[in-house]
Amino acid sequence: MSAALKPEAPAPLVRARDLTVRFVNRDATVHAVNGVDLDLAQGEVLCLLGESGSGKSVTLRALMKLLPRQAKVGGSIEVAGRDVQAMSERQLADFRGGDVAMIFQEPMTALDPVFTIGRQIAEAVQRHEGVSRSAADARALELLELVQIPSAKRRLAAYPHELSGGLRQRAMIAVALACKPRLLLADEPTTALDATVQIQVLLLLRELQEKLGMGVIFVTHDLGVAGEIADRVAVMYAGRVVEEAAIGPFMGGPMHPYAQGLLGATVHPSMRGKRLTTIPGAPPSLEKEPTTCAFAPRCSLAEPACLAGVPPARMVGPDRMARCIRVPAV
Amino acid sequence: MTALTQAPDRGGPAQPLLEVTGLVKHFPIHGGLLGRQVATVRAVDGVSLTIRKGETLGIVGESGCGKSTTARLLMRLLDPDAGEMVFDGEQVGGTDQTGGVTLRDYRRQVQMVFQDSYASLNPRLTIEETIAFSPQVHGVSAREARERAHELLAAVGLAPAQFARRYPHEVSGGQRQRINIARALALQPRLVILDEPVSALDKSVEAQVLNLLVDLKEKFGLTYAFISHDLNVVQYISDRVLVMYLGQVAEQGPVEEIYERPAHPYTRALLASRPSMDPVKRRTAPPLTGDPPNPVNPPSGCRFRTRCTMAEDVCAQRAPVAAPLSAGHEAACHAVLPGSGHSAAPRIAA
Repeated sequence: MSAALKPEAPAPLVRARDLTVRFVNRDATVHAVNGVDLDLAQGEVLCLLGESGSGKSVTLRALMKLLPRQAKVGGSIEVAGRDVQAMSERQLADFRGGDVAMIFQEPMTALDPVFTIGRQIAEAVQRHEGVSRSAADARALELLELVQIPSAKRRLAAYPHELSGGLRQRAMIAVALACKPRLLLADEPTTALDATVQIQVLLLLRELQEKLGMGVIFVTHDLGVAGEIADRVAVMYAGRVVEEAAIGPFMGGPMHPYAQGLLGATVHPSMRGKRLTTIPGAPPSLEKEPTTCAFAPRCSLAEPACLAGVPPARMVGPDRMARCIRVPAV
Repeated sequence: MTALTQAPDRGGPAQPLLEVTGLVKHFPIHGGLLGRQVATVRAVDGVSLTIRKGETLGIVGESGCGKSTTARLLMRLLDPDAGEMVFDGEQVGGTDQTGGVTLRDYRRQVQMVFQDSYASLNPRLTIEETIAFSPQVHGVSAREARERAHELLAAVGLAPAQFARRYPHEVSGGQRQRINIARALALQPRLVILDEPVSALDKSVEAQVLNLLVDLKEKFGLTYAFISHDLNVVQYISDRVLVMYLGQVAEQGPVEEIYERPAHPYTRALLASRPSMDPVKRRTAPPLTGDPPNPVNPPSGCRFRTRCTMAEDVCAQRAPVAAPLSAGHEAACHAVLPGSGHSAAPRIAA
């Protein structure tokens, strides 16, 4: 599908096919990701949009092979032309932080509390580029300036707890960018921030992405955030991508009923005095793999045919995919 | 034994339900070898507000601005260091000698819903036990309290037969927040303080709970204080809005005034920080730089001046008082305060 969206593009930076992730324990199996195809070009920003439990963060972690041992990962994942699934621990150690880096929602748990910010950045540089300590320290200062931390020189010696939330998030971005990754994976990096700080960090990420030409996969539950940063969005529901489109047409009018519901349920200024449209019910538990349209039980357009099988991914417009039999294909 | 009923309106419609003046709460920080007080967090520093009968007052601000401390003070979960609270014309915290409303009566008429729906429920009580608990404390029989709990569960959209016997961990986040709302309503309160009630919920569930809150307000004749960091949600639900910055009120007024004619530079920056929802009109420059300062050591004069593009000398010297702008709309900013000495301030007519 999204491969077909970009026939002219050279080898994509990320190419995942039929990605599945199951979490197996004694009592139950959770079918977190159920066949996700993803393509990302160099220099492109893709937002994975979804609610809690939709499988967006699990998909992101699978791309870096960061899932715990009990997770059973199926399908193929290629990042920068390399098969991630087949990598050894040694290869992964070079791959993570070198070709691909990740930033998280909570910098306080992602950064090490007992080392200074400067040391943590320099450590990554030394580990991957094999340069001297003083060269790495100089690079750490450059990186803090790159992420626009004021009085960067002084902040090198600061511990994570000495920084405000916004500065900590910038420091984590600096660690991630230490080795100029080609792919940045961002897991809700602005969700825990205040509004006035969130917009600063979003603008910084967009600026850095353009400057460094990175590909970015950005996980968020916030349509507004996607609108500010994405080139393309993939909406996830119950472990599958249900709609994928360029951001402009998507914000102008989502086509999958779930994506429409999500946009309708997002409170924005023109809604005052009107009743909010809601999506009734709740997402499925995923203890069984959905064998029909997973959204059908909550969907106002559902018909018997929706329960006949998983709706195929179909092209529903130029560069646009939806998994819904009620959306006419082109 | 009779069922609880909502306390009667005493002061009439013109009497505000809750009037708070000069509310202060400082938290000491202890440190060092001897555990002496080394600093003070000025969490709430002179907040005055009015909640009228039947309205929803929205309180917005960023983390550390004191909005949750204000909520806890309004609920009297914290004792204020200074300040007065008058509930429907009666002093809060009175005794039989001094008159006024006792804390016990006050807390029956004012209830609260918290952000963390799981932490605020007792994990060892079933849902019906949780909802029936406080009416029993206030003298309702167990049978009656349970019946009432079932009515409330139905009112918040949870089928009693399906949910009454479950424990909090057996229901979803949105359902738990509905249970918290049902529990808050069990004492037939007049004022409900909602502290970030939808912030932890997914968008589709958030809309369900907001619709429910609007319905319940109508059905039970409630007044809300709605605290949130989400400006869109506050705009949707509030009649009047109060903007807080570092423990003080920056601006307050009717919702249309605040959103269409914001007077305080902080309010304008907050509104401009909202994502545009239109990829063609993306923001290019952040409206504010930096994070809010630490409330342990707030800036002198106007607390916002360190991040304000309009700051002048007068802003560092004096704290601005609230300048009235139109009916019920006021902003604490030297730039709108007549005769403040700020170059943008209106002149006082001779």
